Amino acid sequence: MTHPRATPAASTDSTQQAPSTGTHTGQTVPATGLTTAPSLADLRRHLTTQLDPAARTWLEHALDEAAAHPGVHGPISPWELRLAEAGRRCGAAHADAARVLILDAARAGTDALTRVYFQGTADERRAVLHALPHLVPGPGALPLVEDALRTNDTRLLTAAVGPYAARHLAAHDWRHAVLKCLFTGVPVEHVADLGRRAHGDGELARMLGDYAAERTAAGRPVPEDLYRVLDLTEPVPPTAGPADPHGKES
Amino acid sequence: MRIFDPHIHMTSRTTDDYEAMYAAGVRAVVEPSFWLGQPRTSPASFRDYFDSLLGWEPFRAAQYGIAHHCTIALNPKEANDPRCAPVLDELPRYLVKDNVVAVGEVGYDSMTPAEDTALATQLQLAADHGLPALVHTPHRDKLAGLRRTLDAVRESALPPERVLVDHLNETTVKEAKDSGCWLGFSVYPDTKMDEERMVAILRAYGTEQILVNSAADWGRSDPLKTRKVGDLMLAEGFGEDDVDQVLWRNPVAFYGLSGRLNLDVTGTAATHEGNSILRGVPKDPHEPDPAPTAPARLPGTEA
Ligand SMILES: [Zn+2]
Repeated sequence: MTHPRATPAASTDSTQQAPSTGTHTGQTVPATGLTTAPSLADLRRHLTTQLDPAARTWLEHALDEAAAHPGVHGPISPWELRLAEAGRRCGAAHADAARVLILDAARAGTDALTRVYFQGTADERRAVLHALPHLVPGPGALPLVEDALRTNDTRLLTAAVGPYAARHLAAHDWRHAVLKCLFTGVPVEHVADLGRRAHGDGELARMLGDYAAERTAAGRPVPEDLYRVLDLTEPVPPTAGPADPHGKES
Repeated sequence: MRIFDPHIHMTSRTTDDYEAMYAAGVRAVVEPSFWLGQPRTSPASFRDYFDSLLGWEPFRAAQYGIAHHCTIALNPKEANDPRCAPVLDELPRYLVKDNVVAVGEVGYDSMTPAEDTALATQLQLAADHGLPALVHTPHRDKLAGLRRTLDAVRESALPPERVLVDHLNETTVKEAKDSGCWLGFSVYPDTKMDEERMVAILRAYGTEQILVNSAADWGRSDPLKTRKVGDLMLAEGFGEDDVDQVLWRNPVAFYGLSGRLNLDVTGTAATHEGNSILRGVPKDPHEPDPAPTAPARLPGTEA
């Protein structure tokens, strides 16, 4: 596979300044490609129509039980048991959604989510990551995202770069998450709010350019997704302010 | 030839092995918890190991088109170390996990009182969690070890048809079969069983309730021994159906007793149906998942 853009758009040459306007979290930037995650009600509706009767009954019971007895009860709370067995009860295809609903029903906060994440299988950890944007308003659960981003499990990485990371992950960590997606083959379409966060990010543009140069030097193809993200880093020409060379370490 | 290796320690194997196993017909494995060569010194070390069997290893296997399940236990060797034994208290929270299809490897190593306790405790845990048990038989003093193992099984709440007695050979197969347990044979390059002796046992005892494994680990071992047994069975006059029973249907039936065996390899694609709803793109439920014809490769060491 040879990409038509064989020459990286940005080079490692420091004299060639990549466009940089800074992208502090919370800075007002055009919301391009904002991801809308499904609501918990959407998930519930989806499962109600998709699950077979036995699994639906099991899930309804599990949700009622979690709602009635949230919190910690004994070594393993009943809702944590339901969380563990959701895969074999609902089928692998529906396990993530079922687990997110159980976590919501149990009103799991940061502490409970942290416990079940670190005591969970990869599948349970993935479900916790999917639940974060629904259940944790602040940045308190970021250590879970950071843990997932340290793995090489692409299913965890994919879940980690969802809306919660888009909302809370610091610029440096977020850029490395994007780069890790490119390294491990996670399609960047899974990176929530990619357009908004990449917009005008000169440091990300530099990192992408360096990576492209490294790939090219090694005689390896540059991932298509790299150019996709690189395009998103460009500030909109008519409205962009003057490039700020000191704004890259946002 | 479809192959289910019911006992293999993939943690100790390379991606080349996964690739060769897939090419040989291996589509499913069970990785029993065991010791790692270097003795552990704390329950924390077990937790990381169990987490790996429930996280990273199934992910690695899926990339090569192989379904990976595991069995969880405190192994007999380390049951003798008082620093490790407290992990017994933590097993219940692992035994409820989806990918755990048995308690194991339990059994005897040196036949000590600590091993008696660990074995009895864990057979009870299997009964409590609706799981079968994979029972390792000792390599030293084997026949006496088998008898003591079968006594422990008889005294437990677990019926023999939910127990797989492993590492059997010519001297132990008869009594193990008479017990009603499932019969496991590990085919190794130098020790345990070899292909010729395995085929002779199949001829003498039939193909019912017999499982053949490579038990490949960090020692001198061969993850393709299952295939080699299948090939020799065919060369020696067994039919395709006999081979399928021993190398696929028997392990599926035994570990299927857990109710947790899932032989669909969902692969590593982040786009598989299960996740699409969570990303807000509900996929047509009738649209088949893009099943890779050749298994995908690990992204490489650069990641
Ligand atoms: Zn073993």
